[in-house]
Amino acid sequence: MSGSPAGRALDATPAMHETHHRRYLRFAWPALAVSLAVILFPWLFTLFMSVQDWKVGQDHAFTGLENYLLLARDQRFREAILHTLWFTLLAVLLPVVFGTAAAVIFHQRFPLRGFFRGIFMMPMMATPVAIAVVWTMMFNPQIGVLNYLLSLVGIAPQMWVFHQDTVIPSLVLVEVWQWTPLVMLIVLGGLSALPTEPYESAIIDGAGWWQMFRHITYPLVLPFIIVAAIVRGIDALKAFDTIFVISQGGPGTASETINMYLYLQAFAFYKVGFASAVVVVFFVLILALTLVLLWMRERTKWT
Amino acid sequence: MSKQRNDPDSLDRRRLLQGGAAFAAELWLPPVFAQGSFDWKKFKGEKIEVYLVKSPRADLLTKYQKEFEDMTGITVGFEAPPEQQQRQKQVIDFTSGKPGFDVTSTAWHVQKRLFAKGKWLEDLRPMIADPTLTSPDFDMPDFLKAGMTYSTQADGRVDSLPLNIDYFMLYWNKQLFADKGLKEPQTYDEMVAAAKAIHDPKNGVYGFVNRGLKNANVVTWTALLLGWDQLTYDPKQQKLLTDTPDAIAAAALYKQLNTEFAPPGVIGFNWMESLSAFSQGKVGMWIDGVGWAPPLEDPTKSKIVGKVGYGVMPRGPKARKAAVYGDGIGVASTSKKKGPAWFYVQWATGKVIQARMLGEGMGSGVRQSSYQSKDIKANREWINCMVESAKIGVPGLPEIIPVTEFRDVFGIALTNMFAGADPATELKKATIEFQPILDKSEKT
Repeated sequence: MSGSPAGRALDATPAMHETHHRRYLRFAWPALAVSLAVILFPWLFTLFMSVQDWKVGQDHAFTGLENYLLLARDQRFREAILHTLWFTLLAVLLPVVFGTAAAVIFHQRFPLRGFFRGIFMMPMMATPVAIAVVWTMMFNPQIGVLNYLLSLVGIAPQMWVFHQDTVIPSLVLVEVWQWTPLVMLIVLGGLSALPTEPYESAIIDGAGWWQMFRHITYPLVLPFIIVAAIVRGIDALKAFDTIFVISQGGPGTASETINMYLYLQAFAFYKVGFASAVVVVFFVLILALTLVLLWMRERTKWT
Repeated sequence: MSKQRNDPDSLDRRRLLQGGAAFAAELWLPPVFAQGSFDWKKFKGEKIEVYLVKSPRADLLTKYQKEFEDMTGITVGFEAPPEQQQRQKQVIDFTSGKPGFDVTSTAWHVQKRLFAKGKWLEDLRPMIADPTLTSPDFDMPDFLKAGMTYSTQADGRVDSLPLNIDYFMLYWNKQLFADKGLKEPQTYDEMVAAAKAIHDPKNGVYGFVNRGLKNANVVTWTALLLGWDQLTYDPKQQKLLTDTPDAIAAAALYKQLNTEFAPPGVIGFNWMESLSAFSQGKVGMWIDGVGWAPPLEDPTKSKIVGKVGYGVMPRGPKARKAAVYGDGIGVASTSKKKGPAWFYVQWATGKVIQARMLGEGMGSGVRQSSYQSKDIKANREWINCMVESAKIGVPGLPEIIPVTEFRDVFGIALTNMFAGADPATELKKATIEFQPILDKSEKT
């Protein structure tokens, strides 16, 4: 045994272990270099640009925290933060509620369950921009199908994305339609992993459907719901394509999220220094929200 | 002029060749070949990259690209993404110092000063003057004056040649006007009165439509402002004229037309939604660029084929003017294939392609000769509208560097008016907000 390579490794002293580590460390270097090049360097460069007065095609100069101070004074940016948070809250909460409900339903056994699951999953597979174009037509107040459907049940036509007050909920509607299946998929995975014993005991004790859901299913599946909420939260914060195609941040700036604001500064006005400062602030915001969600996940873990 | 050109024998030979070429063209060759003895094969075997904006003009150029390749022996790589993406990549490419294209377009009304500042496009004048590089029938005086004014920079450089000129005009629905016994509006007052008479929202009929979407809406306001004989910027004094009494009056008219006579949701309309609403036959009038006759006269896309009136912008309180926007095409100054690239520009802006552009309804030609062609298949009333608009054309946007910021800031001000905001307050606020952006752009 000791003659084999495995045996030699077992017999190795701590000094030999260290030599081994050093020898094999060099194999990790390429991956490390790539990681530094694609993650760390862009971040450092973004930080560098954020303290410059830098517009594409012009010379740049160090301005310290001027870009950050401008951001703090910019009412439009503050509004963009609020729009982002409002959009994210709705675009996480609603798919989580509907997705969990759908998962509970699809967890039951009924005829053609697989077929209906497949149908339910379809929105998730479509390209966001294509979806956005179709929804833009559906939202049209005159020729859109949504107002036509409302008229069939006697509801007055709505302005959808063409009014300041309804634009964000309407955009969220698209998100809900597309991403509820994802939440369903994650929660369904959780439901499949649940033990059956608690349910058997509950049935013997005479528990009803709601009691079983409230006291067994919900607490056990909560960690999966939190995972779905984290994934949805990060996605919703990053949402750009649907908003860009459907409302372009309008009417006026009513649906201008941080992403839209950032895009405008960087790629329409070419103010890359200022836009970099927006990126840094946005990163901090995402980090804070993700930490909150991770903390919630820790609290809901099975013990 | 070259030595060869002064040689009488050579002249005779050229005439002979010209005659032969013309005869061949009459018989079977595409008209692009009928261009005399000029050596179009000078750059045979070269390859150039062309980077334009997706538009009917780009479609036309790709449609006839093979003719150019056959005539010159130059291979063309062609790309034409949508406008926004094209402009972003173009600027980033130019800034990098190594753009991946030899020929590109420029939207003068947005990019003219930006391109001039970076000297991103080659001054074409030396190549135009060189008889070995420019065909003798490339008739410079044939270009419309408005186009050449737009394509000439403040320092005299001609860094692009006109490819397309867009005039803002008034489309009106002849059927809806006839139903109310109305005629084509000749003044702003008549336009408002007609909108009022036609507007019947209970029956789904609206008096007026235009661009309400932020940024896109600014061009309608500036087009209306020309009726007060005023621009939005005085370049001599470098002064914004965006909160003057006339600018406020134009904004008030814009607000009235959109809040009293437009379809619901107009605040989110760009040209596409406006076109869609107007082509359904339920809107009385539409102010927009001149390029929408083809879809309006296409029975598969429009319900008002043959019922569209093409009117010159009505007279305002002080003047009758048409806002002009335009695109040029030029050679990247960093290109290593300037000669072949110039051949492409020469072909794209030549008489044959320009006549086809107008004749096939793919854009408004930038050459006077295009309008005299008997082969124009497009609607004659539409052509006449362009001819008349050209006579009263004035640039519709200020020639400043931060045009996009201008459109953003004033676009928001205009959309705020939809919700009832006061035009004077909004314009004064927007002017204060935009002034430092403008000042900074002029300093750096």
